[in-house]
Amino acid sequence: MSIDKDTVKHISKLAKISLDEKKISDLSKDLSSIMKFIEKLNKLNTDNITPLTSIINASLKSRIDEVNDGKIRDQILKNSPENNEEFFVVPKVID
Amino acid sequence: MSNISQLSLTKIVKGIKKKEFTSEEVTKVFIANSKKSKKLNTYITECFDEALISAKNFDKKKDYNGLLSGIPIAIKDLFCTKDIKTTAGSKILNNFIPTYESTVTKNLWSQGAFLLGKLNCDEFAMGSSNETSFFGNVINPYGEKIVPGGSSGGSASALAAELTPATIGTDTGGSIRQPASFTGTVGLKPTYGRCSRWGIVAFASSLDQAGPMTKNVEDCALLLQAMSSYDPKDSTSIDIKVENYSSKLTEKVKGLKIGIPKEYRVDDMPVEIDSLWKKGIDYLKDAGAVIKNISLPHTMYALPTYYIVAPAEASSNLARYDGVKYGHRAKGNNLIEMYENTRSEGFGNEVKRRILIGTYVLSSGYYDAYYLKAQKVRQLIKNDFDKSFTEVDAILTPSTPSSAFKIGDKTDDPISMYLNDIFTVPVNLSGLPAISVPAGYDKNNLPLGLQLIGKPFDEQTILNLSLAIEKRVNFKKNFKNWWC
Repeated sequence: MSIDKDTVKHISKLAKISLDEKKISDLSKDLSSIMKFIEKLNKLNTDNITPLTSIINASLKSRIDEVNDGKIRDQILKNSPENNEEFFVVPKVID
Repeated sequence: MSNISQLSLTKIVKGIKKKEFTSEEVTKVFIANSKKSKKLNTYITECFDEALISAKNFDKKKDYNGLLSGIPIAIKDLFCTKDIKTTAGSKILNNFIPTYESTVTKNLWSQGAFLLGKLNCDEFAMGSSNETSFFGNVINPYGEKIVPGGSSGGSASALAAELTPATIGTDTGGSIRQPASFTGTVGLKPTYGRCSRWGIVAFASSLDQAGPMTKNVEDCALLLQAMSSYDPKDSTSIDIKVENYSSKLTEKVKGLKIGIPKEYRVDDMPVEIDSLWKKGIDYLKDAGAVIKNISLPHTMYALPTYYIVAPAEASSNLARYDGVKYGHRAKGNNLIEMYENTRSEGFGNEVKRRILIGTYVLSSGYYDAYYLKAQKVRQLIKNDFDKSFTEVDAILTPSTPSSAFKIGDKTDDPISMYLNDIFTVPVNLSGLPAISVPAGYDKNNLPLGLQLIGKPFDEQTILNLSLAIEKRVNFKKNFKNWWC
């Protein structure tokens, strides 16, 4: 399936990536050729095949849900592009 | 002392233990080599001052109990290192300082190693040539215009150029084995679940696995042992005892059955690759192994399957980069605009392509046609291996369909770049261990590797077989240090 410019615009909205017209046009070309490559799979009959959900044969172990770190608020906040003393700051959400 | 850097990791560990040289002397040699290597562009972050302090502390304490006592080591910048910038080769993480240490690196440090620096890689490990890094191309020591492979390209180049005694990388579709093959080094992708993924910047969680990259097979066994562990913090890591790979390492492989999959003889495969493969078969025959022709009928579907599964997982994993808690942030008039501009500015072209492919195949109305279909084919690919491993102990293939290519040769056509991973990707889809071992040179004097694929958690057998090949190839690096 070819990915036209409108589809690129739609999925870039879903993926939250803004794109200019040139990029949209380049990506439409690239993504179409990748999808064409992927669509080789359609040649293969997969009726009655159970999809793989895990490549691990063992069942996943669970652990006790307990806090084993923490008290590093300031270090974590230091990585944020904008913060005040205790909070991450983002552009205004509610008018 | 300058010849210290030519020694294997194993020999350096022994030399420090025997007090032939100190950790400080070793560290100084690798720092000096690294400082002269700017043209290779392998380092994103240098930790030379800190490494020297660690070396001096080690020499004072003299604790030789670790597998890697007193060893400086530079690592792929995809492993989170506490208080040290971790970028994943991306602008979006350009200023990220982790508050925690990845389990794999923690394991190395607890065995006595310390950090020399963080090495360049393709952005979020998405690439096969190290050309997608925000921090620029890495250069292969084999030529000024030659790529080192990817995504662990900085690791491979730094290792081959003797800037670090050994290194670690990650492998989602071939990102350890392909650059190892391109640089004449040894690289192993362990069984999925052998090494913890905790603290590794995630690309495709059902495929990602960390592994050792070393000068020789003996080093590979040692480093694999040091980095492997069960980790409660990674629910997909498996609670199986870590073998003493080094002490069990042997080139005695007599009677082992080796599968040769006919489907790996792909169209347009260069004659040199084919003859390399035949040589590999001869080496193993000479070592007493039994060669069997096998069939992995769904091999041709592995790459298309990978390019659904990996981007799908990547699009979810990379949703976290939103410019709020860490990383790059762009301006925007409202929250959504801020997200969109941040991700537009922060991600490079290849990462955008993969996020969009992933978003598309998971989007409403297409999930069954693509993602579910791919997971079914993935099962068939895994079944092929399961069936073969009832007849053989390991599988021998070339590591890559060609030797290292020139910078810029494949950047215009994503598919031609993806085809690099044609022999390595099926292994990730099936969760198996595989190793690339140097096996010779092509007509342009560029290294070529052979790949051995093993049964789950049977890293030992592929290490042993690689040792048997290594002894017979007697591979020697053949480049001058032109970058100094």
